[in-house]
Formats: sequence, structure tokens, C-alpha cells
Amino acid sequence: MWKRFSSNIGAMIGVVLLLAVILIAIFAPLLFSHTPWQMVQRPFLTPFTMDGLPLGTDTLGRDVASQLAYGARVSLLVGLVSTLVALLIGVPLGALAGFYGNWVDEGAMRFTEFFQTIPNFALAIVLVAIFEPTLISITIAIAIVSWPPVARLVRAEVMSVRKREFVDAARLAGLSRPRILMTQVLPNTVSPIIVMASLMVATAILLESSLSFLGLGDPNAMSWGYMIGAARTVIRSAWWLSFFPGIAIVLTVLALNLIGEGLNDALNPHLSRKGKA
Amino acid sequence: MSILTTILSRAFKAFVTLLAIAVLNFCLLHAAPGDPAVVLAGEAGAADEQMIEQLRERFGLDQPFHVQLGKYVGSVLTLDLGYSFRQGAPVAQLIAERLPATLLLTLTAFVISLVLGIAFGVAASARVGKASDSLLTTLALLFYATPLYWAALMAVLVFSVWLGWLPGFGYETVGAGYTGFARAFDIAKHLVLPALTLGLFFMAVYMRMTRASMLEVSQLDFVKTAKAKGLSGPAIRRRHILRNAILPVVTLAGLQAGQLVGGAVLTETVFAWPGIGRLMFESLAARDYNTILGVFLVSAAMVILFNIVTDIVYRLVDPRIGAKA
Amino acid sequence: MSALSIEHLSIGLPKGADRAFAVEDISFAIEKGEILCVVGESGSGKSMTANALMGLLPPGVTVKSGRAMFEARDILRLPEAEKQALRGERIAMIFQEPMTALNPLMRIGEQIAEVFAAHDRFSQQERRDKALNLIREVGLPDPEKIIRAYPFQLSGGQRQRAMIAMALALEPKLLIADEPTTALDVTTQAQILKLILDLRERHGMAVMFITHDFGVVAEIADQVIVMREGRVVERGSAASVLTDPQHDYTRRLLDAIPTGKLPPARAPRDVPALEIKGLRKVYRTGGGFFRPVREVRAVDDVSLTVGRGEVLGLVGESGSGKSTLGRTAVRLVTPDGGQVLVGGTDLAALSEEELRRQRHKVQMVFQDPYASLNPRQRIMGALTDGPITKGVPKAQAQARAKELLEIVGLGADAASRFPHEFSGGQRQRIGIARALAMDPELIIADEAVSALDVSIQAQVLDLLRDLRERFDLSILFITHDLRVAAQLCDRIAVMQKGKLVEIGTVHDIFLNPQQDYTRQLLAAVPGADWAKAGAA
Repeated sequence: MWKRFSSNIGAMIGVVLLLAVILIAIFAPLLFSHTPWQMVQRPFLTPFTMDGLPLGTDTLGRDVASQLAYGARVSLLVGLVSTLVALLIGVPLGALAGFYGNWVDEGAMRFTEFFQTIPNFALAIVLVAIFEPTLISITIAIAIVSWPPVARLVRAEVMSVRKREFVDAARLAGLSRPRILMTQVLPNTVSPIIVMASLMVATAILLESSLSFLGLGDPNAMSWGYMIGAARTVIRSAWWLSFFPGIAIVLTVLALNLIGEGLNDALNPHLSRKGKA
Repeated sequence: MSILTTILSRAFKAFVTLLAIAVLNFCLLHAAPGDPAVVLAGEAGAADEQMIEQLRERFGLDQPFHVQLGKYVGSVLTLDLGYSFRQGAPVAQLIAERLPATLLLTLTAFVISLVLGIAFGVAASARVGKASDSLLTTLALLFYATPLYWAALMAVLVFSVWLGWLPGFGYETVGAGYTGFARAFDIAKHLVLPALTLGLFFMAVYMRMTRASMLEVSQLDFVKTAKAKGLSGPAIRRRHILRNAILPVVTLAGLQAGQLVGGAVLTETVFAWPGIGRLMFESLAARDYNTILGVFLVSAAMVILFNIVTDIVYRLVDPRIGAKA
Repeated sequence: MSALSIEHLSIGLPKGADRAFAVEDISFAIEKGEILCVVGESGSGKSMTANALMGLLPPGVTVKSGRAMFEARDILRLPEAEKQALRGERIAMIFQEPMTALNPLMRIGEQIAEVFAAHDRFSQQERRDKALNLIREVGLPDPEKIIRAYPFQLSGGQRQRAMIAMALALEPKLLIADEPTTALDVTTQAQILKLILDLRERHGMAVMFITHDFGVVAEIADQVIVMREGRVVERGSAASVLTDPQHDYTRRLLDAIPTGKLPPARAPRDVPALEIKGLRKVYRTGGGFFRPVREVRAVDDVSLTVGRGEVLGLVGESGSGKSTLGRTAVRLVTPDGGQVLVGGTDLAALSEEELRRQRHKVQMVFQDPYASLNPRQRIMGALTDGPITKGVPKAQAQARAKELLEIVGLGADAASRFPHEFSGGQRQRIGIARALAMDPELIIADEAVSALDVSIQAQVLDLLRDLRERFDLSILFITHDLRVAAQLCDRIAVMQKGKLVEIGTVHDIFLNPQQDYTRQLLAAVPGADWAKAGAA
């Protein structure tokens, strides 16, 4: 499996990119002597014109490179934690719905459908706006709007595994229903969940940046979306202020998507997107 | 099940969903930190005791919870979405004024992304493994990773600021006094960048989906039957693969409609597009919760509409659904 | 001149496949108006040969050498455009799976008319008329309605007829049929075989008929070739191959085929292992806001008894309710009425919790060897989960599991491996060991050998026969194949549309059937006459 994954060039590019972002996020305080909030030079310093400030300064004279490094922390943290929370909601709900069927399924799916109908970004905005923007409220809001696809996926997987004969065999062995679900069914749904989770981290990073862009970021945490949002009005005079954070988002999200696709090809070889027989 | 009963049952479901969203809105208002009346009045009315008193009365805040809920849901049902103290107008009126612009933007983006996405997906699948396929899939992967609002900003920078080809701001040229066809053309020019940048991400989604679906369907037995008949490659793709491959894409498009409508908030913000998304953004800064919740409700209604449309399309394409029941 | 003559054909497989060639240096010819059966088990290369002739080889698989002469041209070396012109017009093909071989979104009429369109023949109106005629010719009922129908509205047999109509559209000189009846019920299979024989008679086309079933060969073949691992091991006229096989492999295949040879009758047993009384199960589909409820009586008031130490065969076609009956007997399905008595306990009446404690009394061997074992669980776990839940100490359960693996012929070290390391036949042995591990009073085998190749099937049947002697097992053996039932069972019960039609000893059922339906089933068994001749 690792062999298949590592032979996928795209996935390996993704891994390298993501590792770079993770290292920068972890070592941000060592890389930069000043915090991203400190004014270090005159405002609107053009990139590549001064040593030590490779990406220039923003509207308040703060170091853009340092802001990018600290922004990586917020993106990764929110992306990861909100995905975990979404999995914690979606996996049990989907598993119960798919396994028990009937009214449990009916109820759980109506609930999921409801959340899927709501425009998820609008709901995230409403949640963050009402509960005040903090890293916690942002993370939870993103989790709340991201779990429905997980529930649907897990339900579909569980329903297909549940029909297989080894599950009947486990029932005949006298295993209890919860035990069958935990030991026989769920382990067989892990691969697609892993793939989806890696793609969800990417989506969560996009959502977080979009919220910050609208001014709904945690005011105490520097984030890429906030940087672009703050630079929006000065795009004519200082394009780099929006350009670099955008590139950072694209690369990070791209890296996660590449990894997700690599995992998908490695874990579900029969669904390989190359489409060979 | 005929199309009519489909629409009826979907309409009923839509009604229930909207009711549930109204209840959700109500709960959110009460979950917000602080007195709901103060929350509702927002920053604009924070100091005005009399206004807050009026609000208390209107929502019956001194009455039991279920009565309050009933009152709130009842007023939503009569399309009374409350009053925006910030803008000095009823929320319903504010939204009604701006809804056409949003509908124009989202529908255009939806159609563009679906048509181009499917077209590129089909093209890529027909050249699988070749350079043009790699190029298309790489581009799709890139668009898929690009934040909407950033794509919008960069488009403004390149096509409006640097090249000056297209307007990067607003819905039409203010004060130009265009009428008739000239006005339509002016609006269309303003629409290009917002619709394209909003549609870009979804185009990538539909393209990837179409490509994967085409490749999957091309492995199915009936495609082999078609080959055995002596049909040519293009004829097989058109008559057999495409129709079957497109069904999951239509389903996905319906599901993604919610994201598209939500994404409009970002696009409208960047382009100062006078729609309900922009209204929501303006209300955020002012903490105008009545308006925010109103826009939320209306955008959910839009999503339901999109869903019903894709549902009907699906039924028209797939003969099995109508006959099964 | 032969209709088709294949000379020294070799087809190469992609790198990493389990062998280098799908078929290696094969030669054969089909004469005009002749039916040639190509017989072999899975992996013999018989389907690859057909695909190569049609120019439909999967990517990576290529013709390495040899030629196939058809109408004085080597069709393996034609440019793609000419191959395409040939397909459907001069050579037509029908496939195994009628359920998936038709485009689900296209009307049957359109799909037939498309053959004419592909080769640019006739006007719209003529195409429709011809499609209608074809539908009539292949014996589909109500042609005016069928022409407008979608595939999902047709049964499997009807779809295969529609496929044949398409194949006949342009009066091809050669028809390639790739296991066209394997997915069908026996009575439907008999009808389709008869249809193919009739059409050959009327149109004089040559037929290359691929099959794994010597019964089918006996029904329709003029000439036979037997393939094994990409090579032809035997060839000759149907009569000579069936009665006087030269090659050892052919002989083994023929021996493996359950024939009409009936086992010696056993004395009936009086002590019941399983008593089913007035069992009923109704499936309701649909039902909801705008939809009416549809009811299917899957099991309709069935009573039968399996004696201790007896093997009762339960035979029926798809939709007869035999599987539902089996699943109800183990209470994987809860019946709507009636009793399932095992050792005096009515399984049908137990609560979920009581049932869990009684589960071990009846165990099941399943059909699909690839779905019946959890891919993420070692064999040891599969064999010990049940006994440990039942209260057997872990060490004892594990020792017993190893012992059982030895008994079913796999060796104790199989316990530490995962299912994907085993072949289909081996997995079925594991499934049997798993059932035995619970020391059940009754084993239900639901189409337990249906998914296996003939020679593997014979081995598993031998194992079952051996085990029943050794452990005095009581087995309810569910199968669609009367020939298989005859090999193992003491008595046979025949089901149709949820009802028990007839029950009796194997000798009674085969030699003196009382009911029309049983006689129909017996007559439909492919190669029945030949088998009878062999038995005599």
C-alpha cells in the first residue's frame, strides 16, 4: 500500500509541500524574532527590497513573511481539529443509520439532509457571528457544517458492508449487534473515511480562510484569510499583500488534495481514477 | 410517480425544511450571549432603551419559550423577517431589493460551471492518460484548491486593474443611464468576472466528477455491447456513456448548490455586487443579526429551489425513477 | 471453407499478471452453420479468445502471434475502422450478464435499431420495423410494448433475448456467445439454448459458444474444444468428447460434473433436527407517502422436516423463496408466521437476547466465498469468535479451530492468515470449518458450491460428503442445481414461488416426479438425456 502511495508523484509532491508547511508552522517563533503583530518597518514595503523582510510589510508595517508563518499554525490547527470533530459527529451518526436502518436511518438521514440543504458557508457565518469569533467557535462552526458528507459516506459504506455474508456469519456466531458493528463492519469502512478526512482538512482550511477574510477570524490569531481580507481594499497599490497568503492557501490545500487522491488510489485500487480494467 | 406529485412532495419537504431553519434561527438568537433583544438591536440600537423595550414586546420575551417560538416562526411564515435598525428598513424589503442580483449571479455561475465542467470532464476522459488530459486535471486540481475570494481578487487585479478589460466593481455603470439592451450589455460585462470566479471552483468539482464518472461507466458491460454492435468511439461516448455518467454529476450539482449560494457571499463582497451576500457582509460588521438571519433563511430557500430543479432534471433523464414507484 | 479459422493464436497478458499468455498457440476452425463449444474453467483463456476476435481486448492485453481468418481476411490485423465495420455486421456477440449488458437509459427498440444506425443501414421507419420483427423472431411477448420498454422492465431471460435480437440484426456469419446462459435459471436457460439452436437452423450462421458446463455442451454442441490455462487440451465432435474423452483433464471435468447417477438410498431417520411448520414470510416494498405497497410472498406456508443425520436438498429457481427459507431457518430473517423448531426450541419465537444464546444450534455455509469472510480478520478470529461468545475457553476454541482447519484440508497454520491469501475453494472450506466450530445441530448450506468452478465444486462436495459421514451432520442443502442436489442429498424438496411443490427421496424425485413443475425442472437440466444415458 505504501508502495502504491509512494510511487504516486502527485501524492509525494503533496507530502513534501505539507511537511514544509508543518515545519514552518512549528518553527515560526524560531524563524522570526518578532511576532506577526509587531510593526517592524514602514508600511507598504515592496517584497524583495530589504534583507530580513523578503515579502515586504503590510498596511501597518508588519512583516508579511512572519504573518504567513504564524498563519500556517491557525490554518493547520483549525483544519485538523474541525475535521476530527466532524468525524466524531458524522461517523457514529452514519454508522448507526447504516447499520440499524429503519427509523434510526430515517431520522438520522432527515437530520443530515437538513444540514446538507443549508448553505454551509452561510451557516458557518451565522454561527461564528452569533457566538463571537474565537478559534474554538470557528472550529466548531466548521465542524458543524462539514459532517454531513461524512455521515452519508459512512452510512453508504456500512450499508454495503452490512449486506455481506461475513456479517451474517458474525450474527450466527452469536455476536451482539454493537460488537458486530464495531469489530466486523466499521474496520471495513476505514479506507474511504481516511481518504475523505484528508480532503476535509483541505476544505476546512478553505472555510477558515473564507471566514477570516470576511472579518470573522479570531482577532488574537494571525491567519491567511485575515491577511487577504485586510489587504482587499489596497489591492491596486499593494497586490503582494493579497497575493502571498493566497498562494500559501492554494499550496497547502493542493498538498492535502494530492495526498487525499494518493491515499484513494492506494487504499481503493479498484477505484483508481486512471480507470484501467 | 409523476412530475407533479414529485414537485408537490418536494414542495412539502421544502416547507418543512424552511420551518426547521426558522426554528434554528430562533434557537441561535437565544443561544447568543446576552439578551436576545439587545442582540437583535445590534450595535445600532444598543443605547436605545425604548427600542429594546419594543423588541421585547414584539417577540414576547416575557412570555414562555414555546410562545416566543410560535410568534417567531409565525412571523417568518408571513414573510416578516424583522426590522434592520442599521439600514432603517424591514429585512424582507432589503432582501427583496437585492435578491435579483444574487439570483442572476448564482444561476449564471451554476450554469457556466455545470456546462463547462461537464464539457471539460468529457474531453479529459476521452483523452485519458494523454497530455491534454493531464493539463485539464491539473488545472482542475488547482482551481479546486483556490479560495473563491482570492481567485476573485486576482481576477480583479489582472483583468480590471492591470488590463482594464472588464469592470471589477459593481452591478452596472453608475450614472451612465443605460436603458434596454445597452443596460443588459453593461450588466453582462459586470457579470463576467464575478460569475466566472464563483463558478471556477464548482467547475473544477463537476469536471473531476464527470471525468471519473465517464471512466467508470466506460467499464460497464453495456459499453462492451455497444462496441460489439460496431458503434464508433464518439457515438458510444455520446449515446451510451455520457447519459449514464451524467446522472451522479447532476446529483452532486444539486448537493453543491448550497456551497455555491454560500460562496456568493464572498464573491459579492469582493466585487461589491449588490446582492444578499453583500448585504450579509455589511450586516456582519454592524452585528445586524436580524438581517444576517434573514439572508441565511432566504439563501437556504434558494438552495432548496436549486435542489428541486436538479431533482426534476434527474427524473427526466432517468426513466427508472418514474416507473419504480 | 471454414467460417472462421484460428491459427497459432497467442494472446499476451500485461506484465505482473500471473502468467505471460492468456492463450498460447491455439488453433481451431468453425465450419459454416456449426456450433463449436469452447469449454474451460475460469482463467482458461476462453473469453479472451472471443474478445480478441471481436477486437475488444482490455487495455494491456495484446495479440502476440497467430491469425484468425474470416472471409479471407486476418481479422486480428485489420485496421480499427474495418474491425468496427465487422463488429455487429459480420460477427456478433452476446454476453453472460443480461442484467448489465443493456444500456439502462435506452429503450429496447432504440438499442436494437442502433445496430442498423451503426452500420448506416435503412431509414428510421425501416429500422423500427426490422427491430419489431427481430423482437418477434426471438420470441419476446408483446413486441409493440417491448420495443418501447426499458431494460429494467424486462426479466433476465427477456433481456438475453433482446441481446440475441441485436446480435441477429444484420444476419452475421458468426455469432460469439460468451456464457450466455450462465446467469439464467435452468428453465430459462433451456429456452435460450433452444432459441440459439432454432436460429442457427434458420440463418445458418456459425456459433462459437463459450461455456464451463458440459451439460450445455451436450445440449447444443457439434464440435468441442476443451481449454485449460490458455491451451487446447482436447478437441473433437461433441459425441466423441463426451463419451470417450482422451485427455486426463477432460475426464476429470466430466467426472466432476454431477451426473444423474444417484447415490444409494439411505434409510430415513425419524429424529428431526429441524422442523419447519407453516412458515410464512412476506416482503413488502414501497409504501410511503404516494406509493402503494407491493407484497411478495417469499415463503408461503411451508412445512418440512430435516431428520438427524439427513441431508435435505432444497431446490428451486431464483425467486422461489428457497434462500429466504434458509435464512429464516437460521433466523437471519424473522418469519411472519409459523415455527422453526430446532431441538424442541422454536427459533422463530425467541427474543433477540435469547436468540443470541441459541444461535450456535444452526449454522450456515454461504454462497460467495469472497464475501463470507471478513477481509480484515484473521481466520483464527473467524473460527473462534462464535465458540468464545458461546462460552468455550479461548485456548480450547483455538485448539479446536486448528483441528477443524486440518479436517477441512487446509492445515492448522491457515489460522494465522487473512482471507485474501486463499482461493475461492479454500475459503469455502474455511466457511465450513467455521460452521462446524459451533457444533451445530443443523447446517444450512446456501448455494455453497454455486460460485465455484466445476472441479473445485466436486472437491467441496466430496468434503461435505465425507464430513457428514464422520460427524453424522444434518444439512439443509439449498441449490438451484438439481444435479448437485442429487450428488449429496437423501431427499429433495422442490420450491416454486414461495410454495413447497414436492418433497421426496432423490430416487422418487428423479425417477418418478409427481408434479408438473418438477418434471419441467428435470427436463430443463442441460444434458439431461446424456446424463441419463450415462447413468444407465
